[in-house]
Amino acid sequence: MMSQSARYFIPDPSRWPIFGSVALLCMASGTALWINGAPWGKFVLIAGLCILIYMLFGWFGAVARESEGGKYNQQVDTSFRWGMSWFIFSEAMFFAAFFAALFYMRVLSVPDLGSLDSKMIWPEFTAQWPTAGPGIAEKFTPMGAWGIPALNTLLLLASGVTVTWAHWGLLQNDRSQLSLGLIMTIVLGAAFLGFQVYEYGHAYFELNLRLSTGAYGATFFMLTGFHGFHVTVGTIMLIAILGRFTAGHFTADHHFGFVGVIWYWHFVDWVWLLLFVVVYWL
Amino acid sequence: MYAAHAHDQAHGDHAHSPGGIMRWITTTNHKDIGTLYLWFSFTMLMVGGVLAIGIRAELFQPGLQFWRPEFFNELTTMHGLIMVFGAIMPAFVGFANWQIPMMIGAPDMAFARMNNWSFWLLPPAACLLVGSFFVPGGATAAGWTLYAPLSTQMGPGMDLAIFALHIMGASSIMGAINIITTILNMRAPGMDLMKMPLFVWTWLITAYLLIAVMPVLAGAVTMVLTDRHFGTNFFNAAGGGDPVLFQHIFWFFGHPEVYIMILPAFGIISQVIPAFARKPLFGYASMVYALASIAILSFIVWAHHMFTVGMPAAGQLFFMFATMLIAVPTGVKVFNWIATMWKGSMTFEAPMLFACGFIFVFSMGGFTGLMLAIPPVDIQVQDTYYVVAHFHYVLVAGSLFAIFAGAYFWIPKWTGHMYDETLGKWHFWLSLIFFNITFFPMHFLGLAGMPRRIPDYALQFADFNMVASFGGFGFGLTQLIFLAAVIKCIRGGEKAPDKPWEGADTLEWTLPSPPPYHSFETPPVVK
Repeated sequence: MMSQSARYFIPDPSRWPIFGSVALLCMASGTALWINGAPWGKFVLIAGLCILIYMLFGWFGAVARESEGGKYNQQVDTSFRWGMSWFIFSEAMFFAAFFAALFYMRVLSVPDLGSLDSKMIWPEFTAQWPTAGPGIAEKFTPMGAWGIPALNTLLLLASGVTVTWAHWGLLQNDRSQLSLGLIMTIVLGAAFLGFQVYEYGHAYFELNLRLSTGAYGATFFMLTGFHGFHVTVGTIMLIAILGRFTAGHFTADHHFGFVGVIWYWHFVDWVWLLLFVVVYWL
Repeated sequence: MYAAHAHDQAHGDHAHSPGGIMRWITTTNHKDIGTLYLWFSFTMLMVGGVLAIGIRAELFQPGLQFWRPEFFNELTTMHGLIMVFGAIMPAFVGFANWQIPMMIGAPDMAFARMNNWSFWLLPPAACLLVGSFFVPGGATAAGWTLYAPLSTQMGPGMDLAIFALHIMGASSIMGAINIITTILNMRAPGMDLMKMPLFVWTWLITAYLLIAVMPVLAGAVTMVLTDRHFGTNFFNAAGGGDPVLFQHIFWFFGHPEVYIMILPAFGIISQVIPAFARKPLFGYASMVYALASIAILSFIVWAHHMFTVGMPAAGQLFFMFATMLIAVPTGVKVFNWIATMWKGSMTFEAPMLFACGFIFVFSMGGFTGLMLAIPPVDIQVQDTYYVVAHFHYVLVAGSLFAIFAGAYFWIPKWTGHMYDETLGKWHFWLSLIFFNITFFPMHFLGLAGMPRRIPDYALQFADFNMVASFGGFGFGLTQLIFLAAVIKCIRGGEKAPDKPWEGADTLEWTLPSPPPYHSFETPPVVK
């Protein structure tokens, strides 16, 4: 740090953040309008999304240009590492809220609803998991663990291996191994998402398992849904990395953009393993 | 870019910056962004203050005078949300932006562009919050805690509040990541962690708390949103969920949140008192360990906010004792401040007055907090004005007084001018007196059983309520003195020396007043 600290990097004034703020304002107000019965709200939402995508392209493009232009010294690199680590920690805490809801329901609220205290209101209800709760009569079939979900587990674990293999390729300056590994990871991620979409269709149309299927449906879809969203974001990030690599970016000793995405991908992997055990299996 | 800095510096500060409004919209400078945060925070303090005056006007006399009961609840809810997320938290981030780079010997924050976004997310969020008053059904009236099932039933204003919280949460998380990275990675050579000024330490720990709990709040309000609009049953017993689940998740966020609002205040007080006692801080290391203990304990005390929802006696005992344990590190801090003053050659300029006022009045809020930690007492005074008195003693006399102390302490550095000491003293004494007139009677009201969040009350509560309302109007008007003092200081005044306070010894006082645009171009060496 000593040798580098005389050369700080501070970016010039930037117009990208304000685009991001306008985008989020549009998305928030558009969604609020839409879900409260103003159909044109969705156009505001879409406009916000477009601005957000424009902002992401511009902002990340600027960062990539600065990085390739040699403006980032060791100190900036360390800052990025700290920043990404804390960002992943914040993501973990977001998932923790939903896992907490699942555990709370399974350990506390559902057994309580089946206890003597609640017999006056719901005499028929026996506490068991999975359940849609005492007040929802519609029958549903819970999602089994050993079909598609197990396959998806294998896909994600394999993608963790391929992305590491791609990273090794970069470290040894073997660019064909890098691009092959990246493409395999992207394909595995996309296959995971495809199976997930198929599984949701299966749940909705054949198992009668919906977001509104009580405690089980809410926790199942919110946990797997947010996870799937993160896989989507991770896959897009991998595609962006592949694009940057194709454009000649990254060297064996200067590629934190890629490493950050690998961290994120492994984090998403870990969330899935926990999900597989407590949502699908047990 | 960095090669050009020294050149820019020599030819006036921001030759490469756009002018006018675009300077503020595009800025990546920690001082500009700190200024934006502080003015935003003051604006929100005024908005929240107007809502508070609306509350106190209604409660001036028994009976309904001005508002429908529903609107009264909107006032209390939005007063809480705006003050917590709009006034207190951004004010401390403003201090962090201005001070941390200067105190650790850095040129700027680690992520200067993201720093800009952290701030510029706040005005849209404020628009959503304030705008929610004007949608059908008005703003949310569920209370700032947004308990289900109230929050799953409100109108569109509730959705706007949820999205505002999402955006403010994103802002807080990015701000916290930035601050933590700056502190861990941008310190000047020789500035070990245990040599950092205590304000920097408090922000390191506060930023950790923010990153840990703001996503949990985002999760909680997301569940409210899906329960409201997408058919989930997280908080609906008929679907196997539980409204109490919301309280658990909310307070898992909410309790660390109250430390997020007080730890940076501790940091400011720990800078101010040594400067005016002209003695080094007593027990620096114990201050750091106390901070860390408070932060860790803050994660295991949340259910003391929910003693009345029903929980096993073992749970009540655990949360009671864990809560009381926090009094130990807090006591360490208070005694260390007093020990710092012991035999110091003290003077009482406005920052020191606010710091001393802080110690007295915050400690009272701490004691009432201890009482509330005792389940049998808490069950008696739950949701009464006793609780309102307690958290205003720690949030107004704690956080806000510390903000004022910090503002008077550092404004000579920021503007290059001394503030008007007479105005500062008037501001302090009137604030202290009116604060106590407003909130002290609320203890009696609460002990006598007056419930909070109700626009009308029984006749026996009338006298104390009238006193409290009188104090509230006075407290609100007094803050205009602060505005006047700040504007006067910005526009001119006695030239401030580099180090206007004799006993101050941190790095920012080695810079000129006002400091150069990029604080430390070359890092100072700390011995």
